[in-house]
Amino acid sequence: MQVSLRWLKDYVDIDLTPAEVADCLTMTGLEVDAVREVGPSFNHVVVAKILSIRPHPNADKLHLCDVTTGAETLPIVCGADNIHEGDVVPLARVGATIPGGYTIKRSKLRGEYSDGMLCSEEELAIGEDATGIMILSPDLPLGGDLAEVLDLKDTVFDIGITPNRSDCLSMIGIAREIAALTGRTVRLPEIRFQERDEDIQGLASVQILDPDLCPRYTARMVRNVTVGPSPLWMRLRLEAVGLRSISNVVDVTNFVMMELGQPLHAFDYRFLEENRIVVRRSTQGERFVSLDEKERILKADTLMICDGVKPVAIAGIMGGFNSEIKPDTRDILLESAYFTPSSIRRSARDLGMSTDAAFRFERGIDPEGLVRALDRAAQLTAQLSGGSICRGRIDEHPRQVKTVEEISLRCGRANAVLGTKIPAADMAKILENLGMEVSRKEGGEEEYLVKPPSFRVDITREIDLVEEIARIHGYHHIPVTLPLAGMVPAHRSLRRVLEEKIRNHLTSNGLSEVITYSFISPDAADILALNVEDERRKVVSISNPLTEEQSVMRTTLIYGLLKVMRENVNAGDYNLKIFEFGKIFLQGKPGELPTEKKRLGCLMTGMRDDELWSLGEPGVDFYDLKGCVESLTDSLGLNGVQFRSKARETFLHPGRACGIFLGEKSIGFMGEVHPDVLSRMDLKNRALVFELDVDAISGEVPQSVTYREFSRYPESSRDVAFVIDSTMEVGDMLDMALSTGEDLLERVRIFDVYAGAGIPEGKKSLGLRFTYRSFTATLTDDTVNRVHSTIVQRIVDRTGAQIR
Amino acid sequence: MIEDLEKLRKEAETEIKAAKAEADLSAVRVKFLGRKGLLTQYLRNLGQLSIEEKQLYGKRANEIKDILASSFEEAQGALAALKREDALRREAIDVTLPGRRSGYGRIHPVTQVLEEICAIFSGIGFSIVDGPEIEKDYYNFEALNIPKDHPARDMQDTFYIEETVVLRTHTSPVQIRIMEKQAPPVRIISPGRVYRPDSDVSHTPMFHQVEGLLVDRGVTFGDLKGILDAFLKQIFGEETVIRFRPSYFPFTEPSAEVDIRCVMCKGSGCRICGQSGWLEILGSGMVDPAVFENVGYDPEEFTGFAFGLGVERIAMLKYGITDIRLFFENEWRFLQQF
Repeated sequence: MQVSLRWLKDYVDIDLTPAEVADCLTMTGLEVDAVREVGPSFNHVVVAKILSIRPHPNADKLHLCDVTTGAETLPIVCGADNIHEGDVVPLARVGATIPGGYTIKRSKLRGEYSDGMLCSEEELAIGEDATGIMILSPDLPLGGDLAEVLDLKDTVFDIGITPNRSDCLSMIGIAREIAALTGRTVRLPEIRFQERDEDIQGLASVQILDPDLCPRYTARMVRNVTVGPSPLWMRLRLEAVGLRSISNVVDVTNFVMMELGQPLHAFDYRFLEENRIVVRRSTQGERFVSLDEKERILKADTLMICDGVKPVAIAGIMGGFNSEIKPDTRDILLESAYFTPSSIRRSARDLGMSTDAAFRFERGIDPEGLVRALDRAAQLTAQLSGGSICRGRIDEHPRQVKTVEEISLRCGRANAVLGTKIPAADMAKILENLGMEVSRKEGGEEEYLVKPPSFRVDITREIDLVEEIARIHGYHHIPVTLPLAGMVPAHRSLRRVLEEKIRNHLTSNGLSEVITYSFISPDAADILALNVEDERRKVVSISNPLTEEQSVMRTTLIYGLLKVMRENVNAGDYNLKIFEFGKIFLQGKPGELPTEKKRLGCLMTGMRDDELWSLGEPGVDFYDLKGCVESLTDSLGLNGVQFRSKARETFLHPGRACGIFLGEKSIGFMGEVHPDVLSRMDLKNRALVFELDVDAISGEVPQSVTYREFSRYPESSRDVAFVIDSTMEVGDMLDMALSTGEDLLERVRIFDVYAGAGIPEGKKSLGLRFTYRSFTATLTDDTVNRVHSTIVQRIVDRTGAQIR
Repeated sequence: MIEDLEKLRKEAETEIKAAKAEADLSAVRVKFLGRKGLLTQYLRNLGQLSIEEKQLYGKRANEIKDILASSFEEAQGALAALKREDALRREAIDVTLPGRRSGYGRIHPVTQVLEEICAIFSGIGFSIVDGPEIEKDYYNFEALNIPKDHPARDMQDTFYIEETVVLRTHTSPVQIRIMEKQAPPVRIISPGRVYRPDSDVSHTPMFHQVEGLLVDRGVTFGDLKGILDAFLKQIFGEETVIRFRPSYFPFTEPSAEVDIRCVMCKGSGCRICGQSGWLEILGSGMVDPAVFENVGYDPEEFTGFAFGLGVERIAMLKYGITDIRLFFENEWRFLQQF
């Protein structure tokens, strides 16, 4: 909210500098976001008096004036006809700038010099009157700076009012706060006016059909108003707080809202059919054109202000086009009412209308401030638009608006919560300065009964009083302590330890971590060509996404990683090794929250290494990716990780992908991205990805290592080259070799895979190195040969492999 | 005769010196010390001499033989050294060519800061807990004293899945879930992703928060100040100036916004701090009794404090990043810097 310092000073004396005011408000909970000096957009415009006027010798429409600033007399050429000798007028001197960026120069007009320019209101942008030179009060000091003598300068604070402080959504509210902080008192505006004989009771009536949503409605009538522009002071006040001047009648309602915090509405009485107001709920689908000339389709239960026939306003939110103040409006009905906050909030949200009035009603206005605001508005309307106020007011209040009752305050409790030793008397003083009635509780030791003022709708409990005491006492005066608590070691979850291990392993292997948004495009499932029955198609959708691209929760990390690749490739970075830790989201059972699963995703593309000089330019391939997975699972101590080519993902290359298993449990997939997917993503370079189910792994990671004895006898190796069908998987050969149950066989390694010259078509040569070792003795050649030939023979028998 | 001997020695020494390769040297050795070598022959010829001469020349000849033998050895050593040096010289490489490495990946800056925050709080006895990112309205709002149709809902715009299911707007719902399950004392922090529909240089629709909660008997606002003061000094340095000022959060009362003196301008006012000299760092406060009642804690018996901070905000200040969106664009040239 924008708050004018000059306006504040109408209600409270302020000796502080603007910066001090800002600091003082900020440190007691009204955060001042910005302090702005505002003033007219002109300078070097002074008060001057016209000494003489004579015709211009060479131009019929111009006059020659002698104008004095008190210190000197200057020749001025002027074209306006409304000036007379002796008039006090604004003079823009040579060197002055006036709105629009004009700089005044000494000029010659048809042969006569002019040392400046007399200005109209419009030229100075302090009013709309462009018909002639602005005539100033003769009391103003000659030569005085116009901005100063007209008091056009102001300081505006931009204050972020927290939702609990509805009482501060007005100048009086802020003034009250400053008064409490500086020990001053607030001067409420004096309300005095004459009423005409005619009584409102004979002219209008109010009927509240829904007292739950509108417990009280007050109204006054002002007759014979003349609608026109507001005077300068009113316009300046409204502009300073960011409101636009509309007309003298409408401006009054806005002014009083800003002054007292009570939103008001002025109806053109002649459009109120049957001369009455009916407050009721809307029916579903009811249509209504609001002041801004937009047609609104209402939901049921929107509170409406109606006349005898039709709605004329959306209660507490915006008036209707059908009853707005027009240039020829003569009689007006002023509304000052209390609407139930939650109802206004719901309606405003449903309608998408956030108005100043709704903002205040939904936060809770002072339930006892209605009549004061109504009378204040009547007074100002009569004053500004020349109307006369009808006798009496309508005050329908079928329900008592709930106001706060007395609250018990235990001073000891307050100090216990705050960690302070504030004396009880000081607490009482703080609360009294805030307008609360404080009395000692019978029999209570340092216990008070406190009644907050009606405008403090946020104070209902003891803790609310404690907060008031703390903020006025000053948070900086509360001592800094450390909690007394038992020394309990913090629990560190295995999951976090695992994630840290994985992150460290991957980064030390050259992969960098990325973080992508959890929401992705609904197209992702199609781009990845997921099967129709794939559960990853059952996405959780956001009902109010920012963009379509971010409208569903991801069910895999792969799409996000591919998008990161695309962004980088577009930026000219082709070599990427990245990973992400994050949740995926799958639809839950009906009535339950979606299922969230932690995943690790990884993508590699481009060169294996940034340095090209030693390696040529090999791109990363499947085995780089697999090596990454293997070294990761090894480093975690996972036993029995298997790669099965039969489990494939639709978005991966059919010949270069596999599922990752731990025993029989699927823990992820890996492979080269399918070229069709790449092309749908507008990607040209090959990419390799894996995704691991972190939840599935985390239970399987051994928490510690158990040492196993190892043999100190030498090993003995034998190499064999098998020629097998090229479709046969090496994995199967290895499994077969290792599953012979021969104790002496320690391991089998692949030293060569070859197809080509010397090998028949459709075959490949596989070189295996068998290593033998005994726990009890150095093996003799005979022993090794015997065991080895048995194993090789078994492989040959089972696979039909030939020894090369 | 003795002159012959000395001449032979000189001749041999000259030839040893002249030998530039091992083959030359061994030819010289054969010429003088070989079975038919000159010195060998000389020694053989001594038999024809008288006993005195034999003694005289024989002794000298043997001396010379030893001298020559060690000269040969020395020369041979020198040649071998030369040869090795030469071989090593030929193996010389350009040490300025870059090394071969498996690469050096970076941990995302947000994770780095998040881990740092977690480490600090772990160190003072806070356990790290997790909660769902898709959350019930009840946990995200209602249990935190933010009823429906309450203006406090405006403080956080919300992504909705269904009418009663939201993307959590803060990590605060985790405190409710923990308190529902666990009796006091509670000392937890909860890091994680949160979501709000907003996107500009200082907002992204997803960001990270760390929520903290401490509940016990006798916990005071002074304790809140103490813990956060210690935390901020660890993160931003011992000299950090911190201020607590009143604010409003529905689930804490009294509530405090915590500012630090601007890390860029040190308080004189700059673009980063909007000329105020202060940077908002986190929100905090004493747990509102209404929240305790919602989870079945007795607010008369227990008090506690909670705080929440934005991880990206801290990362931006630590690293001098001015556009929050950079964190989620994941550009290689950005990530590489951390």
